[in-house]
Amino acid sequence: MADEYKPPALPSPFTNTTPAPTLLVQGAEAHLYKTVSLDPSIPAALKVRPSKPYRHPILDRRLTRQRIIQEARCLVKLVREGVSVPAVLAMDWEGQGGESAWGGAWLMMEWIEGPVVRVVLEQWEAWMKKNAASLDQSQIQKEEDRLRGLMKRIGHTLGGLHKAGVVHGDLTTSNLMLRSPAQETTDSPTGVSMEGEVVLIDFGLAGQSTQDEDRAVDLYVLERAIGSTHPRSEPFFEEVLNGYRASHKGTGSTLKKLEDVRLRGRKRSMIG
Amino acid sequence: MALKLETVNIPHLPGSLPVHVALYRNVQNSAFLRQQLLAGNAEFEYALIDASLVLSRAHALAAIFRAMNDYMNNRLRSHNVHSEIVFSFNPTNNIAESFRKLGIADSTKDLLIVKVSVTPEITHDSVAAHLESSVEGTSVPFDDLTLSEISDISKIKKLYKLGALPSPAAKPDASQPDDAKRRLELSMLGAIALRGS
Repeated sequence: MADEYKPPALPSPFTNTTPAPTLLVQGAEAHLYKTVSLDPSIPAALKVRPSKPYRHPILDRRLTRQRIIQEARCLVKLVREGVSVPAVLAMDWEGQGGESAWGGAWLMMEWIEGPVVRVVLEQWEAWMKKNAASLDQSQIQKEEDRLRGLMKRIGHTLGGLHKAGVVHGDLTTSNLMLRSPAQETTDSPTGVSMEGEVVLIDFGLAGQSTQDEDRAVDLYVLERAIGSTHPRSEPFFEEVLNGYRASHKGTGSTLKKLEDVRLRGRKRSMIG
Repeated sequence: MALKLETVNIPHLPGSLPVHVALYRNVQNSAFLRQQLLAGNAEFEYALIDASLVLSRAHALAAIFRAMNDYMNNRLRSHNVHSEIVFSFNPTNNIAESFRKLGIADSTKDLLIVKVSVTPEITHDSVAAHLESSVEGTSVPFDDLTLSEISDISKIKKLYKLGALPSPAAKPDASQPDDAKRRLELSMLGAIALRGS
């Protein structure tokens, strides 16, 4: 029998942290913890990229270092530009104790309180399915308008991202959050709130680019993600593009490129 | 005049390394303090920072944390953890420049003083006693309200090359969150974290 899974030890200095950071998500490349910031009353997210023992140590350090710095640079740039993403509070790309004791790199970020858009859409779709029969036309219209509004806000945020010269690289509805408003607003008829600022998270695959190609692929990946995970919401993706179009000048060429990308898929080259 | 020396246990740092922070206004003997620092007088080994370049508590703690983490991993770029704290406020890699811009000058009136308990002999009381006898100035609380009266936003924006950002309100209103200040602060924290990348 295999032993119970133990996540890798936390890097320094988080072995000192009390209470210990709690593991939230584990991906192939990184672990995400919830902990406190440098002010114990304010929470923070801690993303750790542990060292990978199967890689050559020099290569491992270089890759981990490169990727975490890339992610942090994108986030810092976006905070400066006023795009809503989690801010970088502290980081370490060197690991501890010199050459021999490399333990991985970490990134401490602002904690975003609120649901991910994937859950909001799932709940909304489930509610609509359950209640579709009992709703009249105007109620359905009202619900769909709420969703259109959310889609438009997502498009607007993506426009801000691209305008700042960054592409996300992995846009799914799990990487979009709604930051809960400070005070509760009026309850929506469905009980599925769509309130809150759209916040982009997980810049692990992000990069700096202003090319229409890269921007269009971002939009295409999100379109496909919504189409495959939220079929009832798919008809409203058009509103993402409307919000995007209105966000800044020069989106026309990106949206034109999107048509090409739709015909051929995410990969430009036929190789690999 | 009571000394307001705050001893902070920054989360994630070992409890054995508390940090003592004091904020002074109207300092009269900056030239003397600077002289002690230049002479390498170990008793005066402090991080002495021009407080007009400190935006907020979070800003100061981010720079202290950066220096402390580098200290614990034996990666100091300067002489000791205290000079490293001054250096950590600087967004670029130039150590001499960071001392010139952020460190104490003969004319400094508002001063942020930081001391780390790097040995067990350094305690809240020992630091308090030494500061009381060596700094001529008015001790004020190390909090955001006091810092907002001291900080020079245009100098801070210039230092961090954030001139394009909107400026925080001149008179802070505690009931309203200041988005401009938050954005400036978070941009500065990012710059401190990314230094040397």
